[in-house]
Amino acid sequence: MGTIWDILNNLDWSPLWISLKTGAVATFISFFLGIYAARKAVKMTPGKKAVIDGILTLPMVLPPTVAGFFLLLLFSRRRPLGILLYENFDIKVVQTWLGCVIAATVIAFPLMYRNARAAFEQIDVNLVYAGRTLGMSEMRIFWTVVIPSAGPGIASGTILTFARALGEYGATSMLAGNIPGKTGTISQKIAMVIQDGDYATAGIWVAAVILIALAVIILMNLILGKRMKTVKRW
Amino acid sequence: MQRSNDERKGNQMGLAVRIKKKLGDFCLDVEFQSESSRIGILGASGCGKSMTLKSIAGIEMPDQGEITVNGQEFYHSDEKINVKPQKRKVGYLFQNYALFPTMTVAKNIEAGLKGPKQEKKKRVDEMIRTFQLEGLKDRLPGELSGGQQQRAALARIMAYEPDVILLDEPFSAMDMFLKDRLQQELIEMLSDYRGIVILVSHNRDEIYRFSEELIIMDRGAVVTSGKTKEIFANPGKREAARLTGCKNISRIQRLDAHRMKALDWGAKLTLQREIPEGTAYVGFRAHEFIPVWGERRENCIRVRLAGQAELPFEKNFYLFPEKEKADSCGEEEDGEERQDMQNLCWFLQKDKWRMLEDKGMPDYLQFREEQLLLLS
Repeated sequence: MGTIWDILNNLDWSPLWISLKTGAVATFISFFLGIYAARKAVKMTPGKKAVIDGILTLPMVLPPTVAGFFLLLLFSRRRPLGILLYENFDIKVVQTWLGCVIAATVIAFPLMYRNARAAFEQIDVNLVYAGRTLGMSEMRIFWTVVIPSAGPGIASGTILTFARALGEYGATSMLAGNIPGKTGTISQKIAMVIQDGDYATAGIWVAAVILIALAVIILMNLILGKRMKTVKRW
Repeated sequence: MQRSNDERKGNQMGLAVRIKKKLGDFCLDVEFQSESSRIGILGASGCGKSMTLKSIAGIEMPDQGEITVNGQEFYHSDEKINVKPQKRKVGYLFQNYALFPTMTVAKNIEAGLKGPKQEKKKRVDEMIRTFQLEGLKDRLPGELSGGQQQRAALARIMAYEPDVILLDEPFSAMDMFLKDRLQQELIEMLSDYRGIVILVSHNRDEIYRFSEELIIMDRGAVVTSGKTKEIFANPGKREAARLTGCKNISRIQRLDAHRMKALDWGAKLTLQREIPEGTAYVGFRAHEFIPVWGERRENCIRVRLAGQAELPFEKNFYLFPEKEKADSCGEEEDGEERQDMQNLCWFLQKDKWRMLEDKGMPDYLQFREEQLLLLS
């Protein structure tokens, strides 16, 4: 037992904050982008939808390292976009925290998008029609009728997005690397200490990840449970 | 007083629809106009009546044609006019009411209102009083009964002060008991409304009760239109007769200006009035038969009981037309033709079926001439 306390006392907590920050920002971005993309997708013709949907879902089914490969190609400071960003805006993506966020967003975004889309598609289309005949603008219908009615689906999409962003490893390690205190997330920390054979430290981080994930899901369920009790789902 | 009001507004009132829309194999091609303020559209499910209604509201777009309501062009394909549903001032009562599930009743009613908060609140309170929703204004739609939901949906529409109200099968999802009461309620609630109301239904009782003018639709097209009572009394077309509830319809062969043969009943019918040339069918409503015991009379048919059903307030008899005697018909009918013959329906009110208990089944059923519907 003594050793665990020693480890805990001397632990560098930076991976926790880096992971939480990355997860929160990636979820925030995915939330709006996902809802926006889902709204567009619902209005598309079936053929167009199939193609766009495939592209948007791809990062979820591909190995994260493949996504990482493309992200590196895109943002490398030897490539046009990377050069453009660095020289005009002084923005570095590779080997930075911004890289963490971009990698986690790209990987987690499809979860938000797909859940939101499924929720929108299940909405009684008459609700939208009713809004229109009552003179409500499309934006008002969307924010006051569609989003609240799709609440449960959007909430579960948000949970899954956060969970996925929090644990992102493959694309992150390729794009952002594992710089302690800067881009070293929990997942990367676990992989690193396991390589050194340090199972005690790895175990502490594993426990931390499990606790965070469980806490988030239970919290969401409680919030939703209260709000959704009176909402009839069809 | 009310009537004169109606008439003053009458110049402006009116609805003219001429639209086409293709949907896979289905082709909607309707044209009708009406100056009435209570219009019914009757048709079987899938005949395109809801699509027509949605086109008027602007939530579906026809391929071509024009829609004009109270002198205002909502849609005109040639002139590229397509007024947004938001600008049409059309209230639409959906079959499932489409109340916003996450908003309270009060918020639902307020949803379509614009202007200062106080005025909106005043209007909402007024609607809540009018539609007897006191005590329910903070409830969510899911917590209301079917009737309360209908009132809330109607309150939401009325708060918005539409020029036209469209009712899309508002009672089809209700049980019989509730239906009857809510139909009456709806008619009463709409009695003060000055604009056009269109009711779409597959239920002839609903339509008869509600509408002054009637449009009958079948397979994407208008079969007939006119004053509701006149169409029920004289449907003119076979489909119209069927949809207005005529149970007995037979093909006919016109023998001369006053005589015809009903092929599916194996009966010859003689009429005082002239039978128009184009007549192809004859219809007879199941309630109108006169039972005859003993001596045969004119326009009678001998029947054999094929089945019966007892309902709470009436009895339904399903009768097979017996082969006519050669002497009464003048010619022998062959066996093959009998295969085509159809059962006749005879519906008898409770108070009348007592006499059957005394006298037994009648020997003949008589068609009353004035009730014979000549159809094309």
